Amino acid sequence: MPDDQQIAQTVLNYIMREYADSLQGAAIDANSPLISSGLIDSLSMVSLKVFLDQTYRLRIPDAEASAEAFDTVAGIVKMLRKLGVG
Amino acid sequence: MNYSNDSRDVAAVTSPGSIGSHSYEPGALRSALDIKQGGTFNLGALLCDRHCAQGRGEHMALIWENHTGLRKSFTFDDLRRHSNAWAHKLAELGVKPGDRVCLFVDRVPDLYFAFLGILKLGAVAQPLFSQFMADALEVRLADADTRAVITTGRHLEKVRSVRARLPALAWVILTDVKSGAHPTLVEGEVVMTAEEAPPVEFTPFPANEDTPSLLHYTSGTTGRPKGAQHVHGSVLSQYATTRHVLDLRPDDVYWCTADPGWVTGTSYGIIGPWAVGATQAIFEAGFSAQRWYEFIARHRVTVFYTAPTAIRMLMKAPPPTPDQLVSLRHMCSVGEPLNPAAVLWAERVMGRPFHDTYWQTETGAIMISNVPGLPIKPGSMGKPVPSIAAAILDQQTFQPIAVPGKVGLIAFRPPWPSMFRGYFKAEKTYQSKFVGDYYLTGDRGSVDRDGYYWFVGRDDDVINTAGHLVGPFEVESALLRHPAVAESAAVSKPDPTYGEVVKAFIVLRPEHAGSDELKLDIMNFVRKHLSPLAMPHAIDFVEKLPKTRSGKIVRRMLRAQEWGEPVGDLSSLDD
Repeated sequence: MPDDQQIAQTVLNYIMREYADSLQGAAIDANSPLISSGLIDSLSMVSLKVFLDQTYRLRIPDAEASAEAFDTVAGIVKMLRKLGVG
Repeated sequence: MNYSNDSRDVAAVTSPGSIGSHSYEPGALRSALDIKQGGTFNLGALLCDRHCAQGRGEHMALIWENHTGLRKSFTFDDLRRHSNAWAHKLAELGVKPGDRVCLFVDRVPDLYFAFLGILKLGAVAQPLFSQFMADALEVRLADADTRAVITTGRHLEKVRSVRARLPALAWVILTDVKSGAHPTLVEGEVVMTAEEAPPVEFTPFPANEDTPSLLHYTSGTTGRPKGAQHVHGSVLSQYATTRHVLDLRPDDVYWCTADPGWVTGTSYGIIGPWAVGATQAIFEAGFSAQRWYEFIARHRVTVFYTAPTAIRMLMKAPPPTPDQLVSLRHMCSVGEPLNPAAVLWAERVMGRPFHDTYWQTETGAIMISNVPGLPIKPGSMGKPVPSIAAAILDQQTFQPIAVPGKVGLIAFRPPWPSMFRGYFKAEKTYQSKFVGDYYLTGDRGSVDRDGYYWFVGRDDDVINTAGHLVGPFEVESALLRHPAVAESAAVSKPDPTYGEVVKAFIVLRPEHAGSDELKLDIMNFVRKHLSPLAMPHAIDFVEKLPKTRSGKIVRRMLRAQEWGEPVGDLSSLDD
């Protein structure tokens, strides 16, 4: 059963690996704004959502998948917790 | 519903070229812009030097803020000086009138100064969306034989990765960096930040109304993206519609959320508002409903122009507080159909409706709109603006349809001042957009008994996602570069937030098996090579694709399935 920190690390690692072209070396942590800062385009969160769906074997409802919920890794962890992950 | 009290009332159309006090007659527009008979049309000078010459140099032109809270402001005299510096720098580098200079930049102040500087020099501005990845960038720079690229440190590696294959590209100009705080430069790279440049005077190139000004790339069904060529004289249409449709006046604070990589971001994110002499507020940040509402409140934005996708994202977020939007007096939308629910939501939550506007990269300016004072029919695009002859044409005969509600092709009768003058190096494609007396938009729609136009959809396979056109050919070409993909078809699929998204049907190579992990890998592959816009949101692995007997993929059949529409005549299909 992963704890908050483990979930955050998994998501952070994925973002730093898959979105390296967008981040261009920007240092990010669990509280860094990703979408509202413009570092990651809001359309890109669709593939991040697919990653989360696959990794945690769930289907994030569209109503939960808002730009606000995906803006920080901490927010994503909170959303996953609400959906029963961990 | 009648919203005539939400902005200035205008009278009904009284002549083909005017409405109320708003004239669309070219001579009157030239006078309003202080363009003398035979005088220069140079857009760079019209948008800033003119205001200074008229004693408005100290009027605020640009209020800029980024996501970290950094704020800057610039007067029209600042615009004049900083654009002079850019024009001078480009000339010093050997850039000549007519050369293409690409702006591959986030919305930093130097984007706006450089845009004006390019035009003052008489060169052609080629704005590109900075979220484009290397493949998308290369295709557009190669097609335009671009002479110089202006970019920021964040996008420098993308430019460097394609530069060796672009023989025409002489200079990469790095901006928005302080002296000495930039990456190590290689040959052909220079740094330019207007605020740090010495003051210099510059005599604007004597452009006339047909002198090329901008090259905006747009996507079609087949082949590579096409560069729509615009001219300095486009300002007549953009000024008239900014005054009338956006209802903008010099004392307004105006926020257009479009990125200047797209035509809305130049026609109405630079040219129109500064032709009027209004103050623009620019927020260099991504989407956040709360931060957008705070931005409107902080800068007392009066006129707001955005896209239906953004409105639908606002609808999903917590509403604004009652005091946040009190400054707003007019709101418009553009880029994709504005659904009736969004019009009604805005009236309830934001205190006023969005007024839809319809136009394209090729038209250069708003063609159909719910102008202030015109009763809105939610879901309709409104009526043609004065001086524009619009029609719905029969899809077979290309003759105007007289029957209200009957669907046909949306078309306009040329010319109008902001009409594109060609596709760069693609004359045949340009000519194919005209039939008889009309320019064909590629969109389908209808007109009702009251003269209101209603959008139905594209007449081709182009995908309009979040208001931006994505060409299926470009997506399919990127997919073919993925090692698992043997063949593919990209079509549009309806989406509640983005309007449409890309869906890919893929035939895998025999050695690969379909899996969810492979789908995600392919999605990311397209995003990293082309852009987030082009990334398929859904993928189906299929045994084979529907094709004609001559081997052409029948995208319309796949598209019809996604939209729940009749698939039409399948007699030409193989097997």
